[in-house]
Amino acid sequence: MAVIKTDHLSRVYEDHGVPVKAVDDVSLSIEEGEFTAIVGPSGSGKTTFLNMVGGLDAPSSGTIEVDGKQISQMKQNELIGFRLRHIGFVFQAYNLIPVLTAKENVEFIMLLQKKSKAERDKRATELLDAVGLGDRLGRRPHELSGGQQQRVAVARALASMPSFVLADEPTANLDSTSAENLLDIMERLNKEQKMTFVFSTHDPRVVARAHRVVTLRDGAIESDETRS
Amino acid sequence: MRLYFSLAWRNIWRNKRRSLISMSSILFAVMLAIMSRSMMIGTFERMIDTIVGTFSGYIQVHQEGYFDSSSLDDIFVPSSDLLAQIEGTEHVTLAVPRLESFALVSSGDNTNGARIIGIDPAKEDQMTAISERISTGSYFTEASEGIILGSELAKDLKKTVGDTIILLGSGYHGITAAGRFVVEGLVSFPADEMSAALAYLPLPVAQHLYGVEEGITTLAVMLDHARNLERARNALEVVLSDEYEVITWKMMVPELDQLVQMKYVGQDLVLALIYIVVGFGILGTVLMMTMERLREFGMVTALGMKKRTLAIIVLIESSLLTLSGAIAAMVLTIPILAKLQQEPIQLTGKMAEGYESYGFEPVLAFTLHAPIFFWQTFFVLLIALVSSSYPFFRISKLNSVEAMRTGH
Ligand SMILES: Nc1ncnc2c1ncn2[C@@H]1O[C@H](COP(=O)(O)OP(=O)(O)O)[C@@H](O)[C@H]1O
Ligand SMILES: [Mg+2]
Repeated sequence: MAVIKTDHLSRVYEDHGVPVKAVDDVSLSIEEGEFTAIVGPSGSGKTTFLNMVGGLDAPSSGTIEVDGKQISQMKQNELIGFRLRHIGFVFQAYNLIPVLTAKENVEFIMLLQKKSKAERDKRATELLDAVGLGDRLGRRPHELSGGQQQRVAVARALASMPSFVLADEPTANLDSTSAENLLDIMERLNKEQKMTFVFSTHDPRVVARAHRVVTLRDGAIESDETRS
Repeated sequence: MRLYFSLAWRNIWRNKRRSLISMSSILFAVMLAIMSRSMMIGTFERMIDTIVGTFSGYIQVHQEGYFDSSSLDDIFVPSSDLLAQIEGTEHVTLAVPRLESFALVSSGDNTNGARIIGIDPAKEDQMTAISERISTGSYFTEASEGIILGSELAKDLKKTVGDTIILLGSGYHGITAAGRFVVEGLVSFPADEMSAALAYLPLPVAQHLYGVEEGITTLAVMLDHARNLERARNALEVVLSDEYEVITWKMMVPELDQLVQMKYVGQDLVLALIYIVVGFGILGTVLMMTMERLREFGMVTALGMKKRTLAIIVLIESSLLTLSGAIAAMVLTIPILAKLQQEPIQLTGKMAEGYESYGFEPVLAFTLHAPIFFWQTFFVLLIALVSSSYPFFRISKLNSVEAMRTGH
């Protein structure tokens, strides 16, 4: 079953009175277990597309189905709850709450889900272990490198047991080693935990790691190739 | 919830200096408010206790009409039933009979007007501890037939213990009341004013002088606490028949009550002003704590935190910011007030003279009256709530994507 299905999805912005088609008639289906990159030059509509799929932005036309549910019609409060239960997010920057430790940041999302203390504790520790930060549980974000912070964000995204993880240019602020390292971890979680990842990038080295590459140009799908 | 609290607490300490300044301003305001409030309530209550306890009693029961007429024609004979009824009323500790009137006091050379109070020596002493205020001579015994003069009055008359004075007044139904009395003692009060026009006679002696037989003008009623005044009055109104009137000290000395109310209002205004100034400081701090975190707010709401939860965290932050200052203020002031409540400050010099010239005891008293602390806590939380209103508004119209992209 498709975890994400968009149908003639469009998003038009007004720019000084001129309508800009940030996302233009995108029909796309993403299946469970995929490791898919949305690529394209800056301004091609990657962020706008991911935001709509993540229920953070509303489409101008077209529909989005997530886990079999139409999210385009949901009310704001309903969407907040839906995001919390179904979608894991990794943002480009400002991912973590600065006053919380790495472990608390991961626990935070489970706290919003009202998970028990014991479960929060166990899962946060396991996940931070899985992203190679088992020895950094008590560190605050500013005591971690950029790459480590993004790994905490990945751990947090998984902590909520989402249907998939959306990552908008997660490596944009990282050096190449850290970027490689983050991709390694994401790929391993994809393989071992069957977690679906959809991430955007315009970095060719990151693109090379994707199993499926959807290329956007001026908001429309230019190509869609799956590699073995 | 615990994580929300610790989140809020740590957010406060993101900018140590700013938060410390905010907390200190609250600390300062609350300390000032508590101390000045405690002093005002404590001093006024003591003042009222002194005046009321020495003279009027908190409440007086008269024959209906006496309060307006002050006439010896409006007297009554207190039955033992009546006394039992009054003393059995809640908050009433004691009811003391008095016959109050005026007379000219003459020493031969000098003549002064004075209030003459006929008292039951034992009961009066129980109520006012007047025997402890006898500065020369001695207090009445059961057999006494003499007079006790206010010390200032005695000074004016140039008389002292053992001398004889003459009283001249008008008694029941206008008969002439005249008599010679030996001065048995002089009574002094904290303020000289109080003893300048006052003399005591034993009740039977006064009744004989004024020709009222068993009659009295007044039952002075003492209460367990000044704060139960209205409750006790209402209870007495219910218990007593229409033949009697129930008068509180506030009706007897309205100037004192008005003075007290005026001082309270004045202090309220000063404290309100201080709280407003401090409130603006807190508002600024909370505002900055919000504006510099809009990106973070965008992020957490994008993740799935309800805006309501976020608003609660902001409210916890502003409450912690203000409450910690308030609690510190209480921790600092309570021991000081506890000590001052036990040992009031005795004024000396010019200050003391000022107090005495108004007829007040020159003492600054304090109280640990709990509502003072409740009110300061309430005000401080009100400040927290009001200063959170703009953040609430920002959060309510927050767009996660916008906030994360631009930080606005
Ligand atoms: N809030 C907005 N208002 C106006 N135009 C926007 C807004 N967000 C994005 N756009 C425009 O939409 C297009 C796609 O932007 P975006 O989705 O951010 O692309 P990408 O993430 O691929 O760089 C761009 O032309 C951008 O200027
Ligand atoms: Mg983008």
